[in-house]
Amino acid sequence: MYERDGEKYFVVDGHVHFWDASPENWVPGQEQYAKGWIECFHAYMSLGPEETHWPLEKFQKYSEEDFVRDVFQDGHVDVGIFQPTYLKQWYRAGFNTLERNATMVEKHPDRLIANGRWDPRDGEAGLKQLEEDAKRHNLQGVKLYTAEWRDGSRGWSLKDPEAQVFLEKCQELGIKNIHVHKGPTIWPLDKDAFDVADVDYCATNNPELNFIVEHVGLPRIEDFCFMATQEPNVYAGLAVAIGGLMHARPRFFSKVMGELLFWIGEDKMLFASDYAIWEPKWQVEGFVDWDYPDEEYSDYPAVTTATKKKILGLNAAELYGIEVPEELRLPVEAGTPAAREDAQLAGENA
Amino acid sequence: MITRARVLDALGSVHDPELDEPITELGFVTSCEVTLDGAVDILLRLPTPQCAPNFAYLMAADARNAVRRLPGVRHLTVRLEDHYTGDEINAAVSRGKGFTAAFPGETDDDDLEALRQLFHRKALLARQATLCEELVARGATAEQVCAGRVAELPDAPEARRCVELRRHLGIPSHDDSPAFVLPSGEPLAACNLERWLRTARLVRTGLEVNGGICRALLQARHGPAANSGAVAT
Repeated sequence: MYERDGEKYFVVDGHVHFWDASPENWVPGQEQYAKGWIECFHAYMSLGPEETHWPLEKFQKYSEEDFVRDVFQDGHVDVGIFQPTYLKQWYRAGFNTLERNATMVEKHPDRLIANGRWDPRDGEAGLKQLEEDAKRHNLQGVKLYTAEWRDGSRGWSLKDPEAQVFLEKCQELGIKNIHVHKGPTIWPLDKDAFDVADVDYCATNNPELNFIVEHVGLPRIEDFCFMATQEPNVYAGLAVAIGGLMHARPRFFSKVMGELLFWIGEDKMLFASDYAIWEPKWQVEGFVDWDYPDEEYSDYPAVTTATKKKILGLNAAELYGIEVPEELRLPVEAGTPAAREDAQLAGENA
Repeated sequence: MITRARVLDALGSVHDPELDEPITELGFVTSCEVTLDGAVDILLRLPTPQCAPNFAYLMAADARNAVRRLPGVRHLTVRLEDHYTGDEINAAVSRGKGFTAAFPGETDDDDLEALRQLFHRKALLARQATLCEELVARGATAEQVCAGRVAELPDAPEARRCVELRRHLGIPSHDDSPAFVLPSGEPLAACNLERWLRTARLVRTGLEVNGGICRALLQARHGPAANSGAVAT
């Protein structure tokens, strides 16, 4: 919980990691990729305030104590959601697997949620694994990487009939929240990994599921906005949007937030720090203090305390059934922000 | 005789396909050496080793094509450094082969061309919006904006790039062609101006944000000099 100027904010961090990218975990022969990957992440960290930068060695592998301090104690986070990234081609025990995350959840069951993953190319075995994972870890969500290369395959699409089988399995298992990575990619080649058309397609076909587009489709934020405007069950995951821009490019950050508020609306945006790329503390505090800098932004929807409460935690709490203490909730209100209708009109023109 | 200045000038015509900004201004050209007997050696780098190989290939191949045609160039090497598919890309570019040759059996050149077209359309939309906003700010009505012709566009880089992009896309850009067109090439209608601008502004925000992140990452990895480009023009 974060308190500022007498207002209390319930914070759900929709995207946290507990990775091991230390050299001991690098796959022999793949060292350059394992090393390149974590160094690339480390470069992203430098987009945050200087006093929050870590040395590379700590960044490669941080401790449980670091996590608890940075996320819960200093970071104001009430509940964190783990999004796994396997990368077993490069990291022997995986970069940040469900199993590794689950060890943390066991110790902090009320503060952490571990999401799973699936890949339609795993077929029957993948379905079985998903069932087991769902049972063992009580999964409510999964994180998907459509751009991932494997065994000569250049990634996959949520439009693939095989993917629909997994989406139906998710419904059956009570996994409602489908986080899709549409952002800076792992192995993109000719396949356009940022294309969000497949989310559009499966969001329409699976109205009971929620689709959270991670990194708001950066670097194709416009495609994401046009699509999400049309789909009631598509949400914007703000990881990287806040961490990568709010400090390093504050005017761009305000524009991105203004556009997202206009096109997507404050009810469908979810805060995420992407820890340990960036610590949540400065992101939560900065976001609560944030407003448009000047007149140039007067066309964008207004930002209120309620806007920030929703984005920082209340929206995600609803998706994940997290109980929010009474004093941190918003009074029940009706209607949607006026901007939504304009956005839908404009979207039809896109 | 070929000079370094002429080579850099030619490299200035090579754009990052996604950001639609010259690679020289983005700081992607790390070094450019030209000898008296016409040997040219160009080194390129991108913000991260994981930047998309398809874009990396396009920029390296475009750089080669832009410089290859200059009179006096007798030997040319273009190399991408610090990239996880650099070896494959460099080999294909130096042989003058396509992207398919860099990753045999793994890709299809047509997709790359379609991707390039898509970005050209977006860049055109974003750049037109900037020109259009200037007109509106000076008091032009929607009807006046939409009645404008290419010949009436200002003699400025933004307008010149719009004409160039239209040429790439096969959208007519004669003096008497409409100044503002939809991505399909149809003229913009006055009744749609407001929504069109709203859409275009979002696309422009996307481009600006990407450019901002690329520059910030380059700077983080290579120091403050990276942003202005290590190569002085």
